Amino acid sequence: MSVIKAEIRSGVYYDSAVLMQLQRSLADLPGVEDAGVIMGTPTNKELLARVDLVTSEVEQAKENDLVIVVRAGDERAANDALQRVDELLSARKSSIQQDYRPRSLEGAQSMMPDANWVLISVAGRYAAGVAREALRLNKHVFLFSDNVSVEEEISLKAEAAHKGLLVMGPDCGTAMINGVGLGFANKVRRGPIGVVAAAGTGLQQVASRIDQLGGGMTFGIGTGGRDLSEKVGGVTFLMGLDALSRDPDTKVIVLVSKPPSPKVADQVLRVARKAGKPVVVNFIGRTPISRRVGNLFFASGLDDAAALAVELAKNPPVLEAEADLKLERFAPGQKYLRGLFSGGTLAYEAQHLLTEYVPKVYANAPINKENKLKDSLVSVEHTIVDLGEDEFTVGRLHPMMDNDLRIRRLMEEADDPEVAVILMDVVIGFGSHPDPASELGPAIAEAKAKAEKSGRYLEVVVVCTGTEEDPQKLSHQIHQLKQGGAWVETSNEAAVRYAGQIIQALNQPAEQSQPMAAPVDLEVLKKPVKAFNVGLESFAENLTAQETPVVHVDWRPPAGGNEKLASILERMKKLSSN
Amino acid sequence: MINIEEANRKAVENMMEARPVVVGVAPAKEVIPGMTDNLLLHAGPPVTWERMSGPMKGNMIGALLFEGKAKDAKEAEAMLASGKFTFAPCHDYASVGPMAGVISPEMMVYIVEDQVFGNKAYSGLNEGRGKVMRMGAYSEDVIQRMRWLNEVFGPTVDAALKSSGGIDLRSLLGKALHMGDDGHNRLDAASILFTTLLAPHVSKVAKNSDIAFDVLKFMGENALTILNPVMAGCKTASMAAHGVEGSTVVSIMGRNGTDFGLKVSGLGDRWFTAPAPHVKALYFAGFTEKDANPDIGDSVITETTGIGGFAMAAAPAIVTFIGGTAQDAIRTTLDMYEITTAEHKYYTIPYLDFRGTPTGVDIRKVVEKQLPPRVNTGVAHKDPGVGQVGAGVVSMPMSAFEDALIAFADKYGI
Repeated sequence: MSVIKAEIRSGVYYDSAVLMQLQRSLADLPGVEDAGVIMGTPTNKELLARVDLVTSEVEQAKENDLVIVVRAGDERAANDALQRVDELLSARKSSIQQDYRPRSLEGAQSMMPDANWVLISVAGRYAAGVAREALRLNKHVFLFSDNVSVEEEISLKAEAAHKGLLVMGPDCGTAMINGVGLGFANKVRRGPIGVVAAAGTGLQQVASRIDQLGGGMTFGIGTGGRDLSEKVGGVTFLMGLDALSRDPDTKVIVLVSKPPSPKVADQVLRVARKAGKPVVVNFIGRTPISRRVGNLFFASGLDDAAALAVELAKNPPVLEAEADLKLERFAPGQKYLRGLFSGGTLAYEAQHLLTEYVPKVYANAPINKENKLKDSLVSVEHTIVDLGEDEFTVGRLHPMMDNDLRIRRLMEEADDPEVAVILMDVVIGFGSHPDPASELGPAIAEAKAKAEKSGRYLEVVVVCTGTEEDPQKLSHQIHQLKQGGAWVETSNEAAVRYAGQIIQALNQPAEQSQPMAAPVDLEVLKKPVKAFNVGLESFAENLTAQETPVVHVDWRPPAGGNEKLASILERMKKLSSN
Repeated sequence: MINIEEANRKAVENMMEARPVVVGVAPAKEVIPGMTDNLLLHAGPPVTWERMSGPMKGNMIGALLFEGKAKDAKEAEAMLASGKFTFAPCHDYASVGPMAGVISPEMMVYIVEDQVFGNKAYSGLNEGRGKVMRMGAYSEDVIQRMRWLNEVFGPTVDAALKSSGGIDLRSLLGKALHMGDDGHNRLDAASILFTTLLAPHVSKVAKNSDIAFDVLKFMGENALTILNPVMAGCKTASMAAHGVEGSTVVSIMGRNGTDFGLKVSGLGDRWFTAPAPHVKALYFAGFTEKDANPDIGDSVITETTGIGGFAMAAAPAIVTFIGGTAQDAIRTTLDMYEITTAEHKYYTIPYLDFRGTPTGVDIRKVVEKQLPPRVNTGVAHKDPGVGQVGAGVVSMPMSAFEDALIAFADKYGI
């Protein structure tokens, strides 16, 4: 059964062409059968009667009344249609105001509401205010201005993160978004490589080399040089990395930075490990310890980073899924690693690799003298003991031949409630104990049982060095160690890295205390750039040259630079945004 | 805690929803609340006789001559200086006056009723352009025209309005903006529409055909016939928008030829004033900048409520009147969007794809962008007794907006 609903508006004038358009738009709405929009003259009312569009209100309408009437399949469709009248009346089709220069972002917004970026290059003391306005309008920000205080940067980035928006900068020179360069940027081919850079010319160098080497880019996300400092905490860098991780068109990610804060760099690398795609890292001034860790590829320089990225995009590497560390097994307070080695070189390499995961590892034979154990018999925090050192072998067989000392130390370490992981080596072959795992396997089981009794979990990681043809037979040794509950590897590096990941995770400070950033909306990020430009006019001209729509704002300092008035205005704005 | 955005939305919503209808014409003393025998209303913020501008003094003199209270200009001047009369802003008596805008007790005024909020506002009968009393002229012919307006024109139009049931200004202005009017200085279309709507009723109610002829001829020839009712209509919109606690929307702007003044919706009855600016104008033959009085008149009530200079993009022809290009007209409207709160629901601009006119000046935006409201206006001679010498564009003085902003911050503890 059809429903007819009408609305009468008095004292309103609309052009008849506008009314005809409204009538057509209403008739096109879902569920609407017919619509009439007319002035209430007798002739018009007769017309409505003929097409069954009359209600008692329509009958009473006067000549000067605007009559809006719809006939719909049900009441809801009719009401919905009438509710959309104002929206349809105000819908604008095109923008004629092309060459008009608005005075504010707000004015620009009314001209190009679907802009997604705001480029800001005004004097530093005004830049944060403009950026805040841009964030209020839900735009990503390219903040070229420098001389913005770190406090302002932190607060802008917090606000942006909360809304899932990027603040690239302050002092961000370069960005490349969907093939469009913002600020100082090169014309780089589109392709599968995404770059996040806390270094403007670094980004330009890597991008240019990628292009020269035949590669191409999805995004070049700049962050500003201070982003990876401890104070700022890499907010934009991490958001950019996360966006590129989720972007299906980005197959390889490159991370470039001037020397970052070690703490923030660690966090970036932890997140990068989970990117699910190859990540090339070039943190200038931070010498990589190894060429590759899982999906992370460490480049020796900008050029190397570009080359690696192009190569990885061409020949995607096989990435193993990250091991589940099952951290829930450990009791609170368990956080240290103890390494009980028989082989000096293996102990040495272990110390070296572990620096990637924890800040300090003590040892009786340390790489760095500062980390020397005061007493080799007493472990401190993370400790690697080489039991093959002279001090232990006086009057006693080398631990490769005699397991007694190691087993005793193993039991001691197992009693320490702060110990989570014990790392050991078992080196077989000619000259070694004839069947070390026959003793170490049960000892490991016992150590784990002791911990379990105290409500803890002890992970024992063993690297087994040897071959199948050795008298002790590698697989036989592995089998016995596994029987004892050990995690066994045949690569020292793999064993150390596994242990390293566990203790790194267990020693992580409660970092979730900082509010989690809302993810950047990829759909918006991948839209063609439409920008507002505030500041250097050449940035707008550059966008126009790249056939990118841009509205240049004829911006002036708020209140003409009068600080008293400007601060009142700012307080009013805060009042409004609360 | 106040919510400025919410308050402004409400103020502007009221401003737009006010629905002024011209319902009649009557002597000021009979209809304007508080009108007394020795009260003389004038345009703009309060001003003393000593500080009063030439054209306003001229209009005051003309008013006393017209009322028969003085026999010549000299006597009138002496009476006005004697302190026997009280001068007060029209705005404080629900009225508005173009240029000097003097309303004396015997003068006939249009009665405009807002049918939504119930406010009533008043404005005198328009004398046309040129040598007119509101521009400070008071010669015998000027006085005679005023008498005819008061005695013949006014009563006839009053009867015609009553016969018509009232003329709805909101729909009339909406239409006029689509016919090339700005609603302030260019009212050719609106005046014709007004005349067309009233003509049948004038012919019906006029005492004789000569009167009908004179009244209709005067209405038809005066492109500003509807200016005063439009201003009173805008005044009702202004009244509806005034007094919203926490609102930074400007509810009143006016000039008296000496000072510019404004009131803010959320700041009560306080006037914020600054010296009236000089108008950038084109002058009639024989006059120059030296002859011009500073800016004067309540007609800026049109801009205050979203038409006039703010709707210039609807009236590109106006640029011939103020000297400029059609692009200037469009730019002016686009600039005014930067300092206003809303786009008018009922007044739209065809050239801008029927975008609503910029409505509801926000002192915050004016101060932040240092972009004052722009107004199209007539220019009066600085001396009493001469009249109009030109027309042009003028920006309202920034310091009044800045003072208002500071006062707002004080009042609300911001």
